[in-house]
Formats: sequence, structure tokens, C-alpha cells
Amino acid sequence: MKPPEFDYIVATDCDTAVAALARAGGEAKILAGGQSLMPMLNFRLLHPSILVDINRIPGLGFIDETRDSIRIGALTRHFQLETASLIARHFPVLSCAVAHVGHLAIRNRGTIGGSLSHADPAAELPMMAVLLDATLRIVSAAGSRTVAARDFFLDAMTVDLNGTELLTEIVLPKLPAQTGWGFDEIVRRHGDFALAAAAATLTLSANEIVQARIALTGVGPTPLRAADAESLLVGRGFDENLCRRAIAAVREAISPETDLHASADLRRHLAGVLTSRALTAAWRRGRPDKSAA
Amino acid sequence: MKKTCEIAVTVNGAVYEAAVEPRLLLADFLRHTLGLTGTHVGCEHGVCGACTVLVDGDSARSCLMLAVQADGRSVETVESLGSIGQMNELQESFHAHHALQCGFCTPGMLMTATDLLRKYPLATDDDIRKGLSGNLCRCTGYEHIVKAIRAVVKTGKKQ
Repeated sequence: MKPPEFDYIVATDCDTAVAALARAGGEAKILAGGQSLMPMLNFRLLHPSILVDINRIPGLGFIDETRDSIRIGALTRHFQLETASLIARHFPVLSCAVAHVGHLAIRNRGTIGGSLSHADPAAELPMMAVLLDATLRIVSAAGSRTVAARDFFLDAMTVDLNGTELLTEIVLPKLPAQTGWGFDEIVRRHGDFALAAAAATLTLSANEIVQARIALTGVGPTPLRAADAESLLVGRGFDENLCRRAIAAVREAISPETDLHASADLRRHLAGVLTSRALTAAWRRGRPDKSAA
Repeated sequence: MKKTCEIAVTVNGAVYEAAVEPRLLLADFLRHTLGLTGTHVGCEHGVCGACTVLVDGDSARSCLMLAVQADGRSVETVESLGSIGQMNELQESFHAHHALQCGFCTPGMLMTATDLLRKYPLATDDDIRKGLSGNLCRCTGYEHIVKAIRAVVKTGKKQ
């Protein structure tokens, strides 16, 4: 089908964009990469009064390094993330995950800000934001604010943004030294949304886990952190028995749904399998004697 | 409500100026406004890949872009690759390896492969298959398409 009628404005800076959003009183939609918005318009699932195109705002797509963090502009395309040396150096888990987002033509257009704002319950980047304790910077005509990624995702395709706000920047705190990572997902076909995905980071000290992070997606309405599984890993060395306990804690923490693609039972099973793979890889990569990824 | 927008788009090296409705899809602009029907429209929601074109050199679904977004940009369609009399290397390879049957998916396959060959080493057939996973061939002729692209990878020439 074809999109419904709408008005269209090209924002030349963030001020113009948020002013247009404010004028539309929540009836506007932001057009970033358009890889989720355009299908919804073509299906006429949405009828915005106006599209605010942010693609021509200079300086909204960037990857910068500060002392403690990596800052990513909301308009950064998936392909830029996939190939950025700063991301490969500091967040190889993100480089790995973003290569699984859609197909090349989608990664060329799709943006990190768009993916987080759309918040598909099986998408990789929202899970990465939650895994890496991202802080999101949001602007509106009324001012700016920041929100932690863990508080941003409220429900399936529902985030802490009202219709007049624009996500502008994602800040990822750098990982401690000796942090290993793992990511894996199950898809029917490369580039599809995951039936389930898991990612982990393990920070080690003298063969003991001092910090553990486990994030999952596709197993509930929002990406989530498996806090119970994380805390039982801390202070221990990784082995099969500990892995089994972590898997059990993950399966306990999630409430996946049955849909056309997979049953709840299958998703719960996969979440455990993928957690095991992610943790095993993170442990292997985090150990100094086995630094090769 | 603003009814039309003036745009100027470079398509296959020529500049086209037009007044378009904001909701006009780039795919429909190419096919209906410019008459460049080489770009095929399948699903109209970014799943089949038939409408893939290059925008400023990067592959993109032309059903997921508005024509107004292409204002000032350079778009390349399958018509830019070659002609029946003078096909480019990738097209020759598709011909030689029987990589098209009904031909509906072919423009999207060619434009996707063009971008893949520029951006990835495509060291294995599995890499090629992953790269093509966003392009559906309902004749299921994937095997020959992979072979055609593999042959071009082997020549090592930049697309």
C-alpha cells in the first residue's frame, strides 16, 4: 500500500525539529532511518499529521570518545556502528550485535536513535543499550533530560518519550579492563528479528567474576537484564555448574509469549541456551591468558 | 497542508526536477514519474528487496524512502549498471550462471550485490547468502545467484 497524506518538514537543526514536534502537539512522527516507520505508514497503521525529517540535521550522526564514555549521535546508521573502529575497540559486543540487525540495505538507512525509540521487543540495539548501561539524552522545546536505558523501555514499542521529544544521543560508559563479552541469537533467517537473543559481559579479576551483565531480548515486551543470574555469578569462577544455575535464574526471570514464530516454551529454552553461549564466550574472552577473541 | 514539494534528484547521472507529494515513495517516483521501470516493487514494506537502489552509493529500499528524501541526492537504479548490448561484469555473471528465472527479483539482487561486493570480502558462500538474506527470489533460484556473485568475487574487481 501507499502512505496516507501527511505534511512534511525537513528539520535543519534539533531546535527546528522539536519546535515542529511541539506545534503538532504529539500528532507528529520523527522520520529518521524510516526502516520501521515507513512500513507502518505504507500499511496505514499510523496517520501522523506531519513527518519531521531529521536526516538532514548536521552533527546528529557521530561516534565520539570522551575519557569515560563513547557518545553516539542518534542519527548514526547501523552500518556506521558496525564498521566504526571506536566501537570495535571499546564495545566489540555492539559491533557483533549490530551486524545482526536487518540486512545491509536496512543497516545503511536505519539509525540507533530510531531503533531505540521504536523499541521492537526483539531488536538487538535496545538490548545493547540495556546491557551496556547506556544513558540517553532527550531534547524537547521545554528543555533536555537524560534517562537510563533500563528505565527507557516501558513496554513493547513503548518508551519514555512523549510525542514532542527527540532522542539525540546515546552515551555508553566504557567497560572496565579485563571484560569479556558474548552475544548470540536464534533467527529463522539471517537479518530477521530474533526469536530470542542474549548478550553478556563478564569483568574478571584473578579468575573471579567481579561484575556480570546479562541482557536478553525477544523473551518479553522489553529487553531486560537478568539481575538474579548476574548476582549469583559475582565473586565466583565460571564453570558448568555455575552456568547451569545462571541459566535456571534466567529462565525463571523471563515471561516469554507464544506467537506465530515460536512458543513460549521454546523461547524460554532458547534464552537459557543463548545465555550459556554468551557467558561461555564472555568468560573465555575476559581471561588474560586467552585474550584472543 | 503543503500539497507538493519541489525536488531535484540525480538519477543515474541525470538531474530530474519534479513537484511531488510528500507521501510519494521513491520507488513510485522512479517508476511512475521518471518511467524507470527497472526497479521492481514487490512487498512495499521492506521485506522482499526487489526495489533496492543505491542512494549516494549505499543500497536502500526505495519503498522505505520518500521521493522528497532523495532531494539533492544521487540515486542509482538497475538501469545504471549496463544495457542489454553492454552488460556490466555482475550482469554478465548473472547471465552466465543462469542467476535469473522470472527476473522479478533480479534488479534488487543486482543492486544489493553491487553494494555487498563493495563493502564485504564475501569470503564464503555463507557470507554471500547472509548478504542476500533480505532479497527474496520466489523462483528460489538462490544457488545460481550465489554462484554468479562468487564468480565476481573471484575476479577481485571493484564494482
